[in-house]
Amino acid sequence: MATEKTDKEPVSIRVWAPALALGWLVPGGGHLLLRRTGRGVLLLVAITTMFLCGLMMRGTMFTPQGEDLLTVLINWGGWVGNVCSGILYLMSVWLGYAQPDVAGAVHDYGTKFLVTAGLLNLLAMVDVFEIARGRKS
Amino acid sequence: MPKMNLSHFEAAFLFSLLVSIVLGVVTKNNDRDRLHYGVYTFVCFMVALFGIGWLMYLGHG
Repeated sequence: MATEKTDKEPVSIRVWAPALALGWLVPGGGHLLLRRTGRGVLLLVAITTMFLCGLMMRGTMFTPQGEDLLTVLINWGGWVGNVCSGILYLMSVWLGYAQPDVAGAVHDYGTKFLVTAGLLNLLAMVDVFEIARGRKS
Repeated sequence: MPKMNLSHFEAAFLFSLLVSIVLGVVTKNNDRDRLHYGVYTFVCFMVALFGIGWLMYLGHG
């Protein structure tokens, strides 16, 4: 058939970009847009729970700063991880969440939870991209 | 927002559970494989958690 898609056929940006953008903004939103409801809801619940637990443990949000290479890597990397949480990060910053970095195991876990929530959402975005491009079911 | 105070084990357990769910969902191509991979990942987390915990306990003297 002339209209049949092949693996090498490029998929329009209009197909995958909205799903990818929604996937960043709302965890699991890209899956929901592509009608993968069950997986979308699971991602939404898991990533949001992880982010909220990070907030309740009073984790620190990273800001892009630093002078030496290691500090720059940690702060910029952490900030990218935080930003990947989408609306969760934006809302918490807009609502004034600004926990200072204090010593303590619970705070430290909270910081890791916040960054990991963003990185998990990044994985979900890659999955959305693969689905939208037709490489995955 | 209420403050949450978890022990090391509780935090690591929660972290393992949530990460395993996401890894299971995004990694495989059918529901059966996703479930298996999610459970496998969670078991690996638990083995590492208890294994490294005991190593630190024994190594500490």
